[in-house]
Amino acid sequence: MRPEVTDLEIRLLLEAIYQRYHYDFRQYAIASVRRRLLQALSGLHCDSISGLQERILHDPHMFPRLLAYLTIQVTDLFRDPEFFLALRRQVVPILATYPSLKLWIAGCSTGEEAYSYAILLAEEGLLDRTLIYATDINDDSLRRAQAGIYRLDRLQQFILNYRAAGGQGSLGDFYHADADNAVMSQELRRRITFADHSLATDSIFSEVQLVSCRNVLIYFDRELQDRALGLFAEALCPRGFLCLGTRESVRFSAHATRFQEMGTGQKIFRRID
Amino acid sequence: MSSALGVHGIAPGPAVAALLIGGSAGAFDVLRAILRCLPAALDLPVIVVLHLSSRPPDGLPELLAIDCALPVKQAEDKEPLVPGTVYVAPPGYHLLVESHRAFALSADAPVHFSRPSIDVLFESARDTYGAAMIAILLSGASVDGAAAMQEIHAAGAITIVQTPASAEAGAMPLAALALFQPTFTGSPDDIVRRLPALLARSTTVSSRSPS
Repeated sequence: MRPEVTDLEIRLLLEAIYQRYHYDFRQYAIASVRRRLLQALSGLHCDSISGLQERILHDPHMFPRLLAYLTIQVTDLFRDPEFFLALRRQVVPILATYPSLKLWIAGCSTGEEAYSYAILLAEEGLLDRTLIYATDINDDSLRRAQAGIYRLDRLQQFILNYRAAGGQGSLGDFYHADADNAVMSQELRRRITFADHSLATDSIFSEVQLVSCRNVLIYFDRELQDRALGLFAEALCPRGFLCLGTRESVRFSAHATRFQEMGTGQKIFRRID
Repeated sequence: MSSALGVHGIAPGPAVAALLIGGSAGAFDVLRAILRCLPAALDLPVIVVLHLSSRPPDGLPELLAIDCALPVKQAEDKEPLVPGTVYVAPPGYHLLVESHRAFALSADAPVHFSRPSIDVLFESARDTYGAAMIAILLSGASVDGAAAMQEIHAAGAITIVQTPASAEAGAMPLAALALFQPTFTGSPDDIVRRLPALLARSTTVSSRSPS
């Protein structure tokens, strides 16, 4: 049986995390936080949220372990291949008209999304004039993203996705494999800057032509979703592109009128204000 | 009534505030039969997770709506739950109910190889509704849903499990029955016959002392 975990205990824990470590989960959607905390209780051998709270307040090694439960998102290269196919066919031709490109991958976790963009742009001949900012709040994820090392047993899925996403060559051109791992090539990595950034507490850092933030907003409450979408609108150049997850929308947001869906069948919007 | 049990042998409880249905292989037709028996005046939300074997079409709500008196739609992130609506979990995402009775989606890892997972939806519904719900687990070749059904039952809610023998795939009902004894098990016909009275369980029934 799962321990009983009330909204109140969760709110107290999130407040403690914010006060002590300055990570702000207070506007995250509670139901998903609860699931992840229950996994953390089991994985970190705590009986209750208050027990967990005591340990993260007194044991500095404990918080990074909890952070992994709260933030790490498992994804693939070219997750939702039909999205990347639409991007390649309908967005890349417009991106190609810019003399230089900046992209922002918000909530990049362990880097798969950023490398997917880099591979696609390399194949379309745009990577040399592109800089990709890939941001996350978890330093450990950022280190892994920077290293660009993925286990070989994940490659089969990556390759299937790559082909379904309209991949033109061989995914093998973009990594070097040893017995256990694939390491993303230097050509890709030198175009990506991985950096710490919080959609809950930080502001924008550059003007960009495209923001990709897929399956991140679903973990936020309405107010935090609004904050993030406001940052994206502010960071995007006029007519810039915003890419969201399949089930994410700007519709209920205070910024709804600043974006227009492109009609690609995917959640790709353009800034129109 | 001579026993401490209320209407139809079910112990009185709080007014039912939500109906949850989970199914997998072989559950589609049973689900349709259940939705068909729901009255147009139903005053609570119905939330459905149905595993689909291959990449599912987006047309599941339309398909289910054909002979259901209630509107059927795919649940959206942050959407408030409206009584008298049937919500279907979107493909590729977990569906959760927040305590303020709105939906949340999650792209967390599949549970029992499934996303959406019945366990994930049902656990979040238990956290929100406690005893004030009915949860139905149908045919399936998975163990998804069993653990959450047990918790829902322990919370005092009404639990219904399709009899394994009547299921096209008995593994899912069997997994649940191995953990606990639900309020009742029945064939699709039994479930359809008894459900309307259970849905009508009201505070009036629960506050009346057994006579």
